Amino acid sequence: MRRPLTLYGLTFSLPLLIWQLLFFVFPLVFLVALSFWTVKNFRMQPDFDTVNWVTIYGRSVFWQAYGTTLAMAAFASALVSILAFPCAYAIAFKLSDNARRWAVFLMVIPFFTSYLVRVYSWQIFLSDAGIINVMLGWIGLGPYGLLNTVGATMIGYLTLTFPLVVLLQLFSLVFIDRTLIEAAHNLRCGRLRTVFEVIVPSARVGLVIAALFAFILCFGDFVSPIYLGGGDPTTLSILITDTTKSGQQWPRAAVIALTMIGTLLVVAFAAVRFAYKGRTK
Amino acid sequence: MSDRDTASINRNRAVDVALKAYIVLGYAFVFAPIAASFVFSLNSDRFPSIPLGEFSLEWYKAVASDPLVWQGLRNTLFVGVTVGVIATALGFGAAYTDYRYKFFGKQVYLALALIPPTIPVVILGLAMLAYLSRISLSGNALSVIIAHVVICAPFAMAIIRLRLSQMDPDLEAAAWNLGASEWAAMRHVIVPFTMPAILGALFITMAVSFDEFAIAWFVSGLNETLPVKVLGFLQGQVSPRINAIGTFVFVTSMTLVILAQILLTGRGAQIRPSADE
Repeated sequence: MRRPLTLYGLTFSLPLLIWQLLFFVFPLVFLVALSFWTVKNFRMQPDFDTVNWVTIYGRSVFWQAYGTTLAMAAFASALVSILAFPCAYAIAFKLSDNARRWAVFLMVIPFFTSYLVRVYSWQIFLSDAGIINVMLGWIGLGPYGLLNTVGATMIGYLTLTFPLVVLLQLFSLVFIDRTLIEAAHNLRCGRLRTVFEVIVPSARVGLVIAALFAFILCFGDFVSPIYLGGGDPTTLSILITDTTKSGQQWPRAAVIALTMIGTLLVVAFAAVRFAYKGRTK
Repeated sequence: MSDRDTASINRNRAVDVALKAYIVLGYAFVFAPIAASFVFSLNSDRFPSIPLGEFSLEWYKAVASDPLVWQGLRNTLFVGVTVGVIATALGFGAAYTDYRYKFFGKQVYLALALIPPTIPVVILGLAMLAYLSRISLSGNALSVIIAHVVICAPFAMAIIRLRLSQMDPDLEAAAWNLGASEWAAMRHVIVPFTMPAILGALFITMAVSFDEFAIAWFVSGLNETLPVKVLGFLQGQVSPRINAIGTFVFVTSMTLVILAQILLTGRGAQIRPSADE
């Protein structure tokens, strides 16, 4: 509505633009260039060689890790969505306004605790002599090897994503027009049917976006697979850190990283399309 | 829009109780590791488990007597404060841009401003280190600051943008009509109105930087921040010292967050009625 190009306007607009171009866009672009470099005698050389792409894509280890990571992230994202939904639903519809504010505040707290420390803390629960096994021992069970399993990794993924997914689902649920729910109720629509045919479709955008964020976070996470999953099965993020450590193979790590970004873009695009499908706005 | 509506919609008591129990379960899951970390930081046992050993401050003492931890803490604080100030300044500019201007490519601008936190830290860390070492900026505190600002500025922008959307757009125009220059209107109208959000963003970005270890781990060489130190402990040996550090970081972050919360809701609530009417 006003002329944009003034010194005043640029003073506020440009700094962030320049910063993110210099230190966010350029590094990612550089990653693309890096993936075509070659490594000779443990030194990287600027080059234009597809050898890294060929090497990485020719390795079955890579495709195994890719499949594992994709499957685990997808499973975790579905799991957390299902587990978080009753919680978000109950906070949205069963609590008073005041209690809901407290619930939101409490759910925000985990974002400001170190994820790493929380994962370490789960080791206390899950290790062979840990809290859960001691408790199981009281009733004559176990001990079970809980740590270094895929299940432990899932607990780590849940730790990472559960609060965020509950909050995102909650925000989409509280904005549902409640007259819709009342209408369904007046029309003798059953409780569960109301949830699945009125509430879930109304909150679809938020639910899908929440699941998408969970997927993105789990797909790139390397803390849980290492410290709870014991590094087995290998995920892509572990593969990246391993590749960078072994013999300066940064260009190969770049190939893995770019493949991950590509995958995330495709998934994000598909999820957003699905979320807004059939919506005019 | 409240309790009575909800009550009339759903009447089954058993379901209500079950759902509320489920909320408690959800929060128990979220807070179990945080609580355990706190409890075992004060517990004497070398290998944390139940039954609990004796109450002890030895892990805090062990941490406090480690000069490397103090070095890490100093780095963390220095980085955190610097990141907070820069990220909040950049975020404010971007939030104001989005609030006031319409221009070609604004979608791209906003995407650049908001996307960075969604890129996995492993990838971002890798890209940053490769790039920053190329331009000879890696391996020092500056590189950590640069990388953290990229992640933190979007948070600052979101917080300040939210506050700006509560402002009556006519306020700024009124200041111009009364003869204020754009700069004067900024200084006397917009900055005072958004001040709670600016301070809130400052504290939140500091807290985010405080916790963000992965990028620091990638881009810093010798200048380790506290969270990087924690990673070092984890890779070396399992030690309850992590719980002591974790609890300390938690208390510090929560202090910052609660300060931000007070600023964002307390004073905001006082100003809002007059702004809304």
